Amino acid sequence: MLAYALKRLGVALLVALTVSIIAFSMVYLPGDPAMALAPESATEADIEHIRKVYGFDRSMVVQYLDWLFHAVQGDFGQSHYLNEPVANVIFDRLPTTMLLGACAITFALLLSIPLGVIAAIRPNSLIDRIALTIAVVGQAMPSFWFALTMMLWFGITWRLLPITGTDSWKHFVMPAIALGYYVTPGVMRLTRAGMLEVLASDYIRTARAKGLRPVRVLFKHALRNAILPVVSLAAVQFGFMLGGSVVIETIFAINGLGFLAWESITRADLPMMQAIVLVLSVFYIVLTLLADLLNAFLDPRIRVT
Amino acid sequence: MTKQILEIENLCVDIDVPSGVLRAVQNISFTVAKGETLSIVGESGCGKSITALSLMNLLPKSAKRSADKLTLDGRDLRDLNEREMSDLRGDAMAMIFQEPMTSLNPAYTIGNQLEEAMLRHRNVSTAEARDRAVFLLEKVGITAARSRLGQYPHQLSGGLRQRVMIAMSLMCEPALILADEPTTALDVTIQAQILHLLAELRHEFDSSLILITHDLGIVARVADRVAVMYAGEFVETGTTEQVFNAPSHPYTQGLLRCIPIPGKTKRGAHLGAIPGIVPNLVGRIEGCHFASRCPYADDACRTGDVALRPSFEKSHEYRCVLSPEICAANLKSGAAA
Repeated sequence: MLAYALKRLGVALLVALTVSIIAFSMVYLPGDPAMALAPESATEADIEHIRKVYGFDRSMVVQYLDWLFHAVQGDFGQSHYLNEPVANVIFDRLPTTMLLGACAITFALLLSIPLGVIAAIRPNSLIDRIALTIAVVGQAMPSFWFALTMMLWFGITWRLLPITGTDSWKHFVMPAIALGYYVTPGVMRLTRAGMLEVLASDYIRTARAKGLRPVRVLFKHALRNAILPVVSLAAVQFGFMLGGSVVIETIFAINGLGFLAWESITRADLPMMQAIVLVLSVFYIVLTLLADLLNAFLDPRIRVT
Repeated sequence: MTKQILEIENLCVDIDVPSGVLRAVQNISFTVAKGETLSIVGESGCGKSITALSLMNLLPKSAKRSADKLTLDGRDLRDLNEREMSDLRGDAMAMIFQEPMTSLNPAYTIGNQLEEAMLRHRNVSTAEARDRAVFLLEKVGITAARSRLGQYPHQLSGGLRQRVMIAMSLMCEPALILADEPTTALDVTIQAQILHLLAELRHEFDSSLILITHDLGIVARVADRVAVMYAGEFVETGTTEQVFNAPSHPYTQGLLRCIPIPGKTKRGAHLGAIPGIVPNLVGRIEGCHFASRCPYADDACRTGDVALRPSFEKSHEYRCVLSPEICAANLKSGAAA
């Protein structure tokens, strides 16, 4: 188990390093960063000055190493737009996004796993059909439209929930549902397919031949095996939610990381963009690592050799 | 007279399939006495596994079971609900499956899976169940049994896993063990060991055993009585001696001709084979089920049902229109040819 964990950790570090190179290089994608920062009236001398001040005149390797050296210490430089350390802004916004993501994934898993299990126990039943409908609608409907529809009904028509802001738990209900609903179909279908396959397996027949009660067969023998791929998917989706909540955060005016990313792009705030990409990627990598470790914990074929 | 553990009369299993009703098992009747080994022999798809699963009530949902009599140790199994049935499974009757590689749950240790079989039916502590598991693992020839309890199925070979399955079936000392092709998936050398083990344990625990197989060599070694199954029906039943020494039904005769006998069968000589394929069991088959492949079939075979009839001895029955004398003559001429 320890060897496996160390191996996964090594891979994760390599991936993080690769991502940091990509995140850093992004700045140079649109062309000369000094040119992009300079106002239109700037002279050649002004641009040269900007280049010096921001250190763009050094070689890319030196700039990258310098940036990385500070980044691992939590220093992502100064925001070009806000005149504040990038790290402060990010860690100010991060908790909101994390909370939203956690609520959304919890909602998604609580809805999709039970539905997937029930659909697998009674394939082609009414519940299976309803679950399938939910999945198809969830997959087909754009999340911004779903969010706006909810706002219209629950926020404006019935006045049950606040439509913008982050002041209370009530403010998180609609954004979490809107964000989580998008993940539901995949997790539900994967749970259903996994359960169907496992329930038809020989070891489930063995469990029944032992006289075990259906609940025990289902939860001890079937779900444990069917849930393995779901763990990996849920981790990836959670990572995706943290980075991909731009639309939802914008609609509900939630001051999270997604919203900040979108703002920074429109402001050409390069250090901020680099930092956000790196932070979100590292979260993604950590989540994948945790999913791998959880899978190893659940599946002895990975853990014990 | 020995006590009958299992008594079955006119057991039928019908399975709904898209093209109609598949009559997988048709009116089979048999009894198994205490400590006796009955072997059900037949080729793939003849209904022998379905017979075993129907006794355990583990049939797929599309299958329907009916019987005029179905008792285990005097208890009628027909009107038990699923809950009462699950009380019997693993306790009064246990089953060993064909595929040891996939019959154990990969997520749990074998100790956990063995103990569970006993904890479900007996009011014992985990420690007591563990002791029983160790005792049985030793019985089935697994060394260092106690340390094996913490191992996972994927760490064991196929032969070891089947030994674990056998130990699992014995956890509650069942009156009846159903073994569905327990050696088919194993290497030939391991097959012999597992069979020997089954026969030995059956004696030791005085359980009755139904051994389902397509391998006649296995039958000859361990069975007390044999039922030859073909296309959902028993075509011949009797003691192992009767069926092997004087096979009456043309199908049984054909099966036995397929086995090479070292020293007797000439090297390079053609082995016997039964031409044709098993008939489709969807819908009703008119007349004898074997008629389409039988070398002796005539028009009389293809109309009306053929009933089981006694051969020279009363305990030896077969399902054919031909008299015992003609069957015996066929056996001789067939062997000569």
